[in-house]
Amino acid sequence: MEAGHLHPLLKVWEMFRRIFLEMGFEEMPTSNFVESSFWNSNALFQPQQHRARDSHDIFFLKVPSTTRQLPEDHVERVKRVHESGGYGSQGYGYDWKRVEADKNLLCSHTTAVSSRKITIFFFRRQTFFSHLCLLKGKQNWCSVRWCHSSVSIICFFILPHCQSICVEITFSPKRYFSIDHVFQNEAGDRTHLAEFHQIEVLVCDRGFKLGDLIGVLSDFFARLRKKLLQVSECQSYNSNLRTIRTQSLAWKFSVIMRGFKKWLDVGNSGVFSPEMLLPMRLPEDASVIAWGLSLERPTMILYGIDNIRDLFGPKVDLGLIKTKPICRLGIQ
Amino acid sequence: MPTVSVGRDRLFAALGRSYTQEEFEKLCFDFGIELDDVTTEKAIIRKEKHLDDAEADEDEEVIYKIEVPANRYDLLCLEGLVQALRIFVGLDEIPKYTVVDIPTKSMIKMHVKPETSSVRPFVVCAVLRGITFDEARYNSFIDLQDKLHQNICRRRSLVAIGTHDLDTIKGPFTYEALPPTEINFVPLKQVKSFRADELMEFYKSDMKLKKFLHIIENSPVYPVIYDKNRTVLSLPPIINGAHSAITLNTKNVFVECTATDLTKAKIVLNTMVTMFSIYCERKFEVVPVEVVYSNGKTSVHPDLSLSKMEVSLAYITGSIGVELEANEVTSLLSKMQLHAKQADSSDGLCRISVSVPPTRSDVLHACDVMEDVSIAYGFNKIPKTKPTSMTQGRQQPLNQFTDLIRLEIAMAGFTEVLTWILCSYNENFSMLNRKDDFKTAVIIANPRSSDFEAVRTSLMPGILKTVGHNKDHARPIKIFEAGDVVVLDDAKDVGAVNRRHLAALYCSSKSGFEVIHSLVDRIMEVVGTPFIPVDANTGIGDDTGYHIRQSNEPEFFPGRQASIIFKGKHIGNFGMVHPEVLAKFDISDPCSYLELNLESLQ
Repeated sequence: MEAGHLHPLLKVWEMFRRIFLEMGFEEMPTSNFVESSFWNSNALFQPQQHRARDSHDIFFLKVPSTTRQLPEDHVERVKRVHESGGYGSQGYGYDWKRVEADKNLLCSHTTAVSSRKITIFFFRRQTFFSHLCLLKGKQNWCSVRWCHSSVSIICFFILPHCQSICVEITFSPKRYFSIDHVFQNEAGDRTHLAEFHQIEVLVCDRGFKLGDLIGVLSDFFARLRKKLLQVSECQSYNSNLRTIRTQSLAWKFSVIMRGFKKWLDVGNSGVFSPEMLLPMRLPEDASVIAWGLSLERPTMILYGIDNIRDLFGPKVDLGLIKTKPICRLGIQ
Repeated sequence: MPTVSVGRDRLFAALGRSYTQEEFEKLCFDFGIELDDVTTEKAIIRKEKHLDDAEADEDEEVIYKIEVPANRYDLLCLEGLVQALRIFVGLDEIPKYTVVDIPTKSMIKMHVKPETSSVRPFVVCAVLRGITFDEARYNSFIDLQDKLHQNICRRRSLVAIGTHDLDTIKGPFTYEALPPTEINFVPLKQVKSFRADELMEFYKSDMKLKKFLHIIENSPVYPVIYDKNRTVLSLPPIINGAHSAITLNTKNVFVECTATDLTKAKIVLNTMVTMFSIYCERKFEVVPVEVVYSNGKTSVHPDLSLSKMEVSLAYITGSIGVELEANEVTSLLSKMQLHAKQADSSDGLCRISVSVPPTRSDVLHACDVMEDVSIAYGFNKIPKTKPTSMTQGRQQPLNQFTDLIRLEIAMAGFTEVLTWILCSYNENFSMLNRKDDFKTAVIIANPRSSDFEAVRTSLMPGILKTVGHNKDHARPIKIFEAGDVVVLDDAKDVGAVNRRHLAALYCSSKSGFEVIHSLVDRIMEVVGTPFIPVDANTGIGDDTGYHIRQSNEPEFFPGRQASIIFKGKHIGNFGMVHPEVLAKFDISDPCSYLELNLESLQ
């Protein structure tokens, strides 16, 4: 019969979104395919000579080849932590080059968005208060002092002929997710394409424990259990991700998918490293835990598709789109 | 992520016991590495030659391929893996590496000439004395250099390692940079002498070495290391001299690392000497070399001292979420090769004093110490907890809106497609009859194939490719896509911005212009915007509704196309696709197409 149809990958996308929304996660804006190297890797404490920055993995751009603008004070802190450390770290001990940070690329992971998001979250509050300060009087007549404590960012306004006002900006916990395109400059095969969708999840809170990450992950997997997973538990072990040091502590997690007998690695998780978070001026006891997985893999398993090109891209058979069933992922 | 191949039997012999594959997998898992593959040398060769597995031999040596974390350079060889695992299971103590205490004046010297600063400024060296090689050790020694070159050395661009039989050469050594025509030597594996520029030409056909030539090729001077008698030790980062090549009988090894990154050179040197000092007459002992720069500055290498840090116990246990006493933490850390003891406390806070050996260059911060505690404790033993804070779920308004529109379009009988963001340059321009104005599209600098030359500025190429690939699908084809395109934008920090577009296409024996036109009307209906025609007298539209206006876009057939003006703003076009465009996408049936900017409808 004649009917309209939604794309299978986007049906799964929608169900994942619903799961996160039910779990109290806020969607991040990911409409930023062009990104600077600074946000894509440098701000994540990934060294500039890291192999993930090779042109074998990254799409660099001819137009627009470089970014026009970076947050200069943040850049300065990032440069310092890479070169000579700080925040309790030894740093990498190499010459950090601004020209590398300026290079534009197509975002290779959505963590770039997360890092912007975490930073913006604080900057927005700071900007708000500097505006407030402008309203109260001309900026050069008053002095504003930022004071970072482990508990909050405290802002003092000292106005002429006026009592000083002290405003405390407290850190509020956040849960974010996003599902969007990422780009990796690889030739591709049956399960890999140069572009795919990444599910990225992060939880910011203070005083977080590793146990919390395992707990949140288990909650997430429990919701996938009925349709996608054989067991709701995930098995985890530490792995290489830490080398990028986006995560100070990272492990791969594997799950048993329906129809599979063995553990399959489906994603990575971890805690963002202090060398990434502190230059963003997060409070010292705030931590961010994150995990990520691809959207294509679960979709291919759910719909029994074994070549990614049959699912995503211009060579997809319209008959396949029309006949795939609804996605029941997340229905308990 | 690097993979290390080790012979299973040699590995088990060194570990002091044999394991079943499951037992060994569990050990790897607990230590945070992974048994990636079990194979044999011959199977690898058969695979390369695409031969059948049927010829497998029973008595072939089994090889374990083990995946190790990319920043653990000490795990890149059998020696390091065995040492780490033996300490982890409690068989061995953490080794104490020492540098032989000799007065500076009797040290071997490496003099650095100022010219090297323009091409490869740093060199660090050390000597392994009284080493005993056998074939397996020798191979491992060569393999480790290869692995380091591939990983931390970034294909020799940051650091290059040269190893030499010290008894065939004589210090003091000099590290120089000379015009290629002035360098002459017999390189490794060759019998005749080459001039450096000829050698570079010669290696252009060498599968392995040609990848490294670019590092110095364009420099007017090439780095080179000589001994006292002007014997060439190496032409870094390309090749060593044949004269000082190490053999199975070599007793004393001179290791030099030339570099553009001094920190990494030190790590590489430390890794080489710590791993193989186990085969020295005096185990774990290394002989220092003094590097003398032309400005008189000197430094002695290797530096095998322990780096110290203090980490509070509360930070470790609090971050992991387990209650551990100081002595438990210190014993967990020693399983991970970190010397640890409880620090003296004056303020009542319990701190762990950690000494990091030179093999653990990956430990930069207290969080690395915390991670090692959690690995040694066992990730899967950490009790599960739930974060207690309240947060609210919230969607991106644009995604929420897009979803509603997608449903409406599907309800109108269209099938959703999902195409790639990247396309070829021609698909984005000439195949759509468009000319690049150089002000619109993001262009990729390093595409691997023509499929990834540009970021789409419209959804049209993907949609047309889909139709082109679905030749056998019953007509009419009614498809749509809601997705992002990227356009250059000077107002954005990165110079480009995503735009959410909606496209729909009708393809059948008739063009279906009216189907697409009614879809436009339907979309406007669902966003609650009335059709308000242009005032016939003034020619000006109303900015509360929408109207359409004749357009002249090259991808559409002239006279059969229109612009959509939404509240006074041009938000998209629809029309019959130009037959030239259809032909370029190999589509034989007429098509009508609509594309508009969804963000404007929000």
